[in-house]
Amino acid sequence: MVTTRPSVQDVWTWLAAVPDPEIPVISLIDLGIIRDVQWQGDTLEVTVTPTYSGCPATSIINIEIEAALRVNGIENLSLKRQIAPPWTTDWMSDAGKAKLESYGIAPPQPAGGPERCPHCQSTHVEKISQFGSTPCKAQWRCTNCLEPFDYFKCI
Amino acid sequence: MSVIGLIRMGDNTLVLGQRVSEWCGHSPALEEDIALANTALDLIGQTQLWLGLAAEREGKGRTADTLAYHRDAWDFRNLLLVEQPNRDFGMTMMRQFLFDSWHLEALTALAKHDHAEISAIAQKSVKEVTYHRERSSDTVIALGDGTEESHARMQSALDRLWPYVGEMFTTDDDDLIDMAALRPAFDAYVGDVLAEATLTRPESDFAHLGGKTGARHTEHLGHMLATMQVLPRSYPDATW
Repeated sequence: MVTTRPSVQDVWTWLAAVPDPEIPVISLIDLGIIRDVQWQGDTLEVTVTPTYSGCPATSIINIEIEAALRVNGIENLSLKRQIAPPWTTDWMSDAGKAKLESYGIAPPQPAGGPERCPHCQSTHVEKISQFGSTPCKAQWRCTNCLEPFDYFKCI
Repeated sequence: MSVIGLIRMGDNTLVLGQRVSEWCGHSPALEEDIALANTALDLIGQTQLWLGLAAEREGKGRTADTLAYHRDAWDFRNLLLVEQPNRDFGMTMMRQFLFDSWHLEALTALAKHDHAEISAIAQKSVKEVTYHRERSSDTVIALGDGTEESHARMQSALDRLWPYVGEMFTTDDDDLIDMAALRPAFDAYVGDVLAEATLTRPESDFAHLGGKTGARHTEHLGHMLATMQVLPRSYPDATW
């Protein structure tokens, strides 16, 4: 049977246009949470991993994936949740990290804290709190420009 | 795979997640409020995974939500420690520190479990709980080695909660791993933090028991469940 299924590569391109609901400057692909896209017969299977197990954005993300693919004519869609291996900020793209910084959120660093202030680039920064406005962020402050900023936690 | 063992893990995170979320809007500082709410959120997320797997394995058509909202106190299998009331901020953070210190050891061992699904939940949770333990340890040190007042409150919290530590290391066939084997690592870590916090570990290791077996919960659990369960029990058809 000949069917006109879009290529997996097209699907990745469409998903790259879906913004993260909490941090709309980066896409779901930048975030590294789309783990796999493949056709199982006539059904498109998209494997998604949650950032944090209780993150309320997870269900919104699933709705947005579905909406984006429906618009592009995907009818049979299956969203698979995968929790192992657990999501890590290592899966975030370099482009995503750069977009975060220009948006004012310091990108994750293996050292466990921001490299520099995303506003003035000073390296004189201090932690305010290990947690922030979303599960994936912490609150830091620049001791040069005195502005507080979000730091994307490295996990 | 024991369903009771899964329920124990999920009930601990559920009951503590509910307790910690009681602070939302009431913490001593905005940053603390956000931190506690984030911790509660992680714990509730982990609950969905543990109780979801328990419900699936049980095979009686129940879900994580049914288990959370439609059981009574005697069916809960959480540790007595996590159902203790928040009292003051010091007591809340001491309870969190003692729980996190056990939780991280337990999850690290569970991450190597033979069952892939158990291991997956534990691997996911380890990352979040590493963060929880770091924060609760820092807070215990800051308040213990703080002012005369904060020191006295933290010592009082430790004295009051210590009798609930022993239950974490009791173990039986329903446990997913040998919980007793976690005690040396727990003692070493907690000992280091308490020393830095200038707090004295109580001498008696007397332990209240009955939470994880369901034999005898403290009176506090029922009150907590009444608040947590009232909506789905009053309006069983309610949906988000």
